[in-house]
Amino acid sequence: MNVICAENLSVGYGKKIIVGDIDFKVRHGEILTIIGANGSGKSTILKSILQQLEIMGGAVFINGKNIREMSGNEVSRSMSAVMTERIEPELMTCGDVVESGRYPYTNRLGILSKNDSKKTDEAMKLVGVESLKYTDFNCISDGQRQRVMLARAICQEPEILVLDEPTSFLDIHHKLELLNILKKLVKEKNLAVIMSLHELDLAQKVSDRIICINNGMAEKNGTPEEIFSGDYISRLYNMNNKNFNHYYCSAELERPQGKPQIFVISGGGDGISVYRRLQRMGIPFSAGVVHENDIEYPVIMSLAVETVIEKAFEPVSDLSVKKALEIMKKCSAVINTCNKWGTMNKGNDVLLETAEKFGLLIQTDDILKKLRL
Amino acid sequence: MNKKSRYFTGFLILLTCMCILFFLNLISGSVKFSLNEVIDILFGKSNDISEYNIIFKIRLPRITSALILGGALSLSGFLLQTFFSNPIAGPFILGISSGAKLVSAAVMIFFLSRGIILNSASLVISAFIGSIMSMGFILIISGRVKKMSVLIISGVMIGYICSAVTDIIVTFADDSNIVNLHNWSMGTFSGTDWDDIKVISIISFVLLVCAFLMSKPMSAYQMGEGYAINMGVNIKLFRAELILLSSLLSACVTAFAGPVSFVGIAVPHLVKSLFGTAKPIIIIPASFLGGAVFCLFCDLIARTLFSPVELSISSVTAVFGSPVVMWIMLKKQRRKL
Repeated sequence: MNVICAENLSVGYGKKIIVGDIDFKVRHGEILTIIGANGSGKSTILKSILQQLEIMGGAVFINGKNIREMSGNEVSRSMSAVMTERIEPELMTCGDVVESGRYPYTNRLGILSKNDSKKTDEAMKLVGVESLKYTDFNCISDGQRQRVMLARAICQEPEILVLDEPTSFLDIHHKLELLNILKKLVKEKNLAVIMSLHELDLAQKVSDRIICINNGMAEKNGTPEEIFSGDYISRLYNMNNKNFNHYYCSAELERPQGKPQIFVISGGGDGISVYRRLQRMGIPFSAGVVHENDIEYPVIMSLAVETVIEKAFEPVSDLSVKKALEIMKKCSAVINTCNKWGTMNKGNDVLLETAEKFGLLIQTDDILKKLRL
Repeated sequence: MNKKSRYFTGFLILLTCMCILFFLNLISGSVKFSLNEVIDILFGKSNDISEYNIIFKIRLPRITSALILGGALSLSGFLLQTFFSNPIAGPFILGISSGAKLVSAAVMIFFLSRGIILNSASLVISAFIGSIMSMGFILIISGRVKKMSVLIISGVMIGYICSAVTDIIVTFADDSNIVNLHNWSMGTFSGTDWDDIKVISIISFVLLVCAFLMSKPMSAYQMGEGYAINMGVNIKLFRAELILLSSLLSACVTAFAGPVSFVGIAVPHLVKSLFGTAKPIIIIPASFLGGAVFCLFCDLIARTLFSPVELSISSVTAVFGSPVVMWIMLKKQRRKL
């Protein structure tokens, strides 16, 4: 059963609708991620779900009940949040911050019962911040902060967790750590999660479903496999598709333009650093012969001016070698990055021999020297 | 357990200070008493009418009003700081006291010139109108600009404007009561009688209880508006209640004691440091007590330092209060580095 769903939801500020036509359903144990360019309205959607903004059209339902018809306390018992805004509470320990998640369960004056304190400790332990209980909240690192805020949200014992860019201020280690904890929580507590993420690679890995916000609507809603295929992501973020690899969600910088000056004999993976180095130096280059299933293939497609590509799992053909030799002749130097030779790339051996014969072969470090002559 | 004993110690310190200052205030002044004499007078064992009058008609009302109004002022400061999430917000610095002063002075002069002396309740009402007016301006500004310094500067400016207008009104009032009015507009706890104190204490204690009952949503609000909403706080209602409470508190003080500076900023901060927490459920009663202690102390100095010449209460509270504000600013800066 769906814990939370939105039907034809429109959200915005004041009277201006920013995103319309939003439909989604999230079940227990599922993570829904909202992605989209800066300013596309991801936070607006989350703020509207959290009732910080008026819903402009459509409705959000929690367990089949319209959120507008629920009391504040009822909503807070079923949904908790980790927001982007940094809070700077005065004289509060991390324990105090986590404790505040018990708000919907305490009495008129907000005095905690033994059970509340127990839940607080449990939540802190689950997220791994129990050692910070008596530490001032303003004296901990960003990574710890996010974990404490997550513990606070868990302490509220929700069915639904809403997180607005929870990984934004964190380094890669803490990003992974936070998402691992989140994944564990979703499994253990059977939570439904709605969050926005900027990191596409993480969204691809952590989400069960993804909504893409573009042009004021929820343009696409699907599994990561459906979203991260073809050139959709490049279109969503308005990027040059050749520069983006949707398998790894990694992007290369702009390709150096012009007549290729260097030919790189490629394959196997060691070439990637050479291509990026040439890109940094602004030297146009060509590369080959490389297989479609080579790890270097996406980088070459993004950065090389001319390429010679061989079909996957086929030996390098004479035709490809001939084509590569022609390109090579026009270049003023050749770099060999390949150091593994096998049945499939035997053809590249010819390229290497020819380069040596004509004295074109240089080391990577000598690029500048060679080009200056 | 550690926390609880700290809270207990904090309250014990404040209550002890209050008792000591209460008796110090009773015995000292231009006519000095010993502690035994005062106790005798208090329990009606002394037959000297003039001594009785000094204690019951002058000192005791003054002490009581310093105690209650000081508490109210400091509580109002704490509420405003919570509302604006700004550590140096307070009724005086935001111009709320000056607004209250302006309207009550205008109303007072208007009726005095027609030979009507206002009762304390209508004085409170006119002060309340004034404080709400200043508050309205501040709210409009804070809605547009989120910067802490802009808020404070606008408050100070509103304060100056109100004081200037008050001065102009007083200049043209030309009445025999102007001396009285002048005294009041400088800020003083003297001149209250038992009827005033009845009004003061009823208003203050009702507001104190109301504020105390709001300590739960206030603690949620301290986490920021977003989280407060998520915890189920009705934010519009809560904000309205908070504004109403703090304006009423500062209006009540201004109506009887005139504008008193720095109590609203300094005391809640000192109290938070003493208790090591900003939890409203502790700080609301504690800052009330703290305000009482602070004002008793300052009033004692104002009365006795250059006796028989009396200082205005604001000049004493400023001397002790403004260093605290500077300390807050420095501490905030240091944390940012």
